[in-house]
Amino acid sequence: MKLYEYLGKELFSKYDIPVPRGKLVERADQAGQVVDELGGVVIKSQVLSGKRGKAGGIGFASDFAEAEKEAARILDLEIDGLATEKLLIEEKIEIEQELYLAITIDGSAHRPLVLASLDGGMDVEDVAEDRMISWPVDVTLGMQGYMAREICRRMGVTGNLQKELVKFLPKLYRMFREQDAELAEINPLALTPDGLVAADAKVTIDDDALYRHQELPRITEKTALELKAEELDLAYVELEGDIAVMANGAGITMATLDMVKHYGGEPANFLDFGGGADLEKTSQSLELLLGTDPKVLLINIFGGITRCDVVAEAFVRVKDNKGIDLPVSFRLVGTNESEGRTILEKVGIKTFTSMDEAVRHAVELTGTV
Amino acid sequence: MPIYIDQNTRVVVQGITGRQGSFHTGQMIAYGTKIVGGVSPGKGGQSVEGVPVYNSTFEAVEHHSAEASILFMPAPFAKDAALEALDAGLKIIVLIPESIPLHDAMEIMAYARQKNAVVVGPNTFGLVSSGNSKIGIMPNRYFVPGPVGVVSRSGTLCYEIVGHLTENDIGTTTVVGLGGDRVVGLHFIDVLKKFEDDPATEAVVMVGEIGGSAEEEAAAHIASSMTKPVIAYLAGKSAPPGKRMGHAGAIIERGRGTFESKAEALSKAGVKVADLPTAVPPLIKTALADK
Repeated sequence: MKLYEYLGKELFSKYDIPVPRGKLVERADQAGQVVDELGGVVIKSQVLSGKRGKAGGIGFASDFAEAEKEAARILDLEIDGLATEKLLIEEKIEIEQELYLAITIDGSAHRPLVLASLDGGMDVEDVAEDRMISWPVDVTLGMQGYMAREICRRMGVTGNLQKELVKFLPKLYRMFREQDAELAEINPLALTPDGLVAADAKVTIDDDALYRHQELPRITEKTALELKAEELDLAYVELEGDIAVMANGAGITMATLDMVKHYGGEPANFLDFGGGADLEKTSQSLELLLGTDPKVLLINIFGGITRCDVVAEAFVRVKDNKGIDLPVSFRLVGTNESEGRTILEKVGIKTFTSMDEAVRHAVELTGTV
Repeated sequence: MPIYIDQNTRVVVQGITGRQGSFHTGQMIAYGTKIVGGVSPGKGGQSVEGVPVYNSTFEAVEHHSAEASILFMPAPFAKDAALEALDAGLKIIVLIPESIPLHDAMEIMAYARQKNAVVVGPNTFGLVSSGNSKIGIMPNRYFVPGPVGVVSRSGTLCYEIVGHLTENDIGTTTVVGLGGDRVVGLHFIDVLKKFEDDPATEAVVMVGEIGGSAEEEAAAHIASSMTKPVIAYLAGKSAPPGKRMGHAGAIIERGRGTFESKAEALSKAGVKVADLPTAVPPLIKTALADK
């Protein structure tokens, strides 16, 4: 779950990580009032997009009228297809130097990875590889003082900035660990006359750990349909095409979509209804797909813990209750395959044993409707 | 020569009294696995599928000198159980649960490193030494002995591909499920090294997918250190960026982890990348014939 900048900064404050003084507003006239309090300000759109700056989502103002005008402009902006609903208005800080600092998870090393660079304030993709210092942290050790000093040495940082960074790094690491973050990125991390200040905050919390962070708000980037699928505990992604796809297992569902494309079709979605789904969940998955009004339905079942007879029963139940009028291509193999096939034959549905044939048939069917 | 496990590996099932735990205990025994004990705190003294149940993993290890463990339990309880298994001295831990928090997974892996233990998963179907023993949830009938080693990030897709091999009378030596999460214990490279050293394995199939950099790292290793032929299938060619495709690890982020990057790295390393699952058996046949 990605956090808005202001929420990331609220977390930072809890860990004694300095952030600029600021206020969250929703209306342009409120922006004016903040200027009266803070003086010169930065006005920042609160959207979950990395393109905010380039899209004009950040503005500056030094008086009431200017702030109101800039705030109104940014509130009207659509960035990356996202509307701006909130603005973070912060005091302008005096920046002597801009750094880049992040902690992420290195899956290959099974460790948190600190990334630090003196080239802050620019697109991180544009930072030269030898200018980015990376340091994997063993979670059993945690962030020790020597690690922070060594990161500084490799960056070529000495003196006051080194002192500041050695104080700063353990706080960010502690937040990263305690909040179950998968990313905590500060770009730029600003050196000011008062020390280091997090001028930005990109924090992502591990979705699988949200159950132990009830205090955090829930933010979603999913469509209404994807949310409904989430409620049903289905892995669902909306796509552009007209062949609705349902399969069991993430890898085979991806492979089914790839195969649909390979044979010239366009998948309407990714739907993995998981292993060992019961009658209820399988029926709900089918109903969800039918609700998207596809041209053709493609079901690809390789039953391991998923039972073919349960999938067949679910299909018949949905057909009886809601009606399934569109052409269907059904592949069914694995556990209780023959029972499943018999159930489907009774309602006139033929099944394939080969995934390849079923996908080709589904693509052919799109040409007939 | 079996790798990781063989017919004598003594296995404990943690979470044996649950629906999944008890069902798969029966399936593993049917395949030939030596299940010596089960663990379910508070349910010691019972028995499941003829296997004695203990309150703690230490207790099961004391009674049966077990070497490996498989875990069935909801994700929030997996860290405690995995650390217990490692502390009790078990050397192979198979983590079936999905959605284990990333920070829990990192702590498990760090402790496993200290203990010199192998963690398979999380979010894996486990591993099988074909015809000998399986520690996992894969359907028994597809895993028959033969000359091909298989290593995969996904479950059902791996069964699909192993199924195609079996249909073509090509069996397997060992099949390992790495797991679909972002932090998993074993990576392609670890298993590729084992296959390279295993005289019984003549060719290797790797089943990868979008997200992360494990395939690219495997490609570099294959180019520098593998003599045996490797065939790959990669899922997710049609996946849009920024969307998680079922597996937590299957996501293209900031332009990294794309199908193209993986396919190119593998092709450069001399790996034949099959464009369809059905294309794997002919490629393997050719590779075996060329040897």
